[in-house]
Amino acid sequence: MDTTATTGTEENVWGGGNKPLGASYGKLMMWFFIVSDALTFSGFLVAYGFSRFKFIETWPIADEVFTHVPFFHGNYPMIYVAFMTFILIMSSVTMVLAVDAGHHMKQKKVIIYMFLTIIGGAIFVGSQAWEWATFIKGDYGALETKGGRVLQFVKADTGDRAAIADFATVLNEDRIANTRDKGVWFNADANTLTSLSLNEVITGFKANPNILIRTEKINEEGEKTLLNREQSLLKLNDAVRVVEGANLVRNEYGSRLFADFFFFITGFHGFHVFSGVVINIIIFFNVILGTYERRGHYEMVEKVGLYWHFVDLVWVFVFTFFYLV
Amino acid sequence: MAHEHKLEIFRGLWKFKSNTQKIWGVLAFLTLVTTVEVILGIIKPEFLTKTYFLEMKLLNWIFIILTLVKAYYIAWDFMHLRDEKSSLRRAIVWTPIFLVVYLITILLFEATYIYDVFKNGFMAWDF
Repeated sequence: MDTTATTGTEENVWGGGNKPLGASYGKLMMWFFIVSDALTFSGFLVAYGFSRFKFIETWPIADEVFTHVPFFHGNYPMIYVAFMTFILIMSSVTMVLAVDAGHHMKQKKVIIYMFLTIIGGAIFVGSQAWEWATFIKGDYGALETKGGRVLQFVKADTGDRAAIADFATVLNEDRIANTRDKGVWFNADANTLTSLSLNEVITGFKANPNILIRTEKINEEGEKTLLNREQSLLKLNDAVRVVEGANLVRNEYGSRLFADFFFFITGFHGFHVFSGVVINIIIFFNVILGTYERRGHYEMVEKVGLYWHFVDLVWVFVFTFFYLV
Repeated sequence: MAHEHKLEIFRGLWKFKSNTQKIWGVLAFLTLVTTVEVILGIIKPEFLTKTYFLEMKLLNWIFIILTLVKAYYIAWDFMHLRDEKSSLRRAIVWTPIFLVVYLITILLFEATYIYDVFKNGFMAWDF
């Protein structure tokens, strides 16, 4: 190793230079980092499990939330996330191929495979950004009750979800956003004005007998409980505000913690992918410049490879616990 | 540095001629597992969602087991743990497994307890 000083006593067992784990210093340190980072992610995912078990009867159902595919309209639960998973696994494969080419000292091949890996990572980060944007924007809208529970709407005849814009009556009333100077500093928020007011949704609901309310509660069939028309009208009295899309305080999908964990876990993972892409780009240029050709080995590629596979490994777990289970 | 690769997966059932071929083989397997997961997630067969094992739906057990299978092949073949010394491999694998299993056990029991408190200790919290 070029980075290690030789002392001339390596031949003795206790003289140093032994490699009991058969791995170089750099690789071992990368493994240390990966193990500790794995524990961080485990902490997040187990915290998610904690909150979910705590609210097991009311937790949002993931395939009702993530149903969009870019450039396509309609309901395609899971398809896009499955595509993202495949992209990440694929970029993991090109990374191993780069490492393998590095072992054979084939600079050209390493360049090509590193490039493909970077492209894969970029597609993944872009997809995640799109997924976030869709999640934040929301699609149906909902009402929130005094207790912070979310009421969603369903068309009685088809059983499909109804967007609040579909049935709300536009009243053209004067609406004032809460601001600090109105004395409501505790909920001062530029977003307090939703596209429809609570009054408009309630009026529209009363005028449209085809709309029913769906509560957060999961019934024995594993579906959200649908109220009948009388129960729905009664439940409507509890509503205090309109919720559209998601932020860190409330979201139209259900439990508030759901959106918080979504932002936190996929955000932290997305940040890892982003930094992975940056590190890959740095190594990519080093490969082009011939740094590792001169050094005589491509161990740096192997080390960033380890990190890149780790990011893929974490996604496999995020995919399961956020989207499947 | 020597770079010997163990070129068989599934305990020798599937042998490869070169490391590159093994990588593509593992990719095929991982894609297959992901496809199965997604298909199961979309259709949700009733006998899997209605059957419970250790208080969890059979379907969720399948998802978790398939995830661990995928994790195994990513770590063993992509991260080359298969080719490392067993001492390094064990240090890397068992340390997190021990800690995470401990954390899962503690927190999920605690969460179930809090769920019971919410359910039985209040007149209503879901209003």
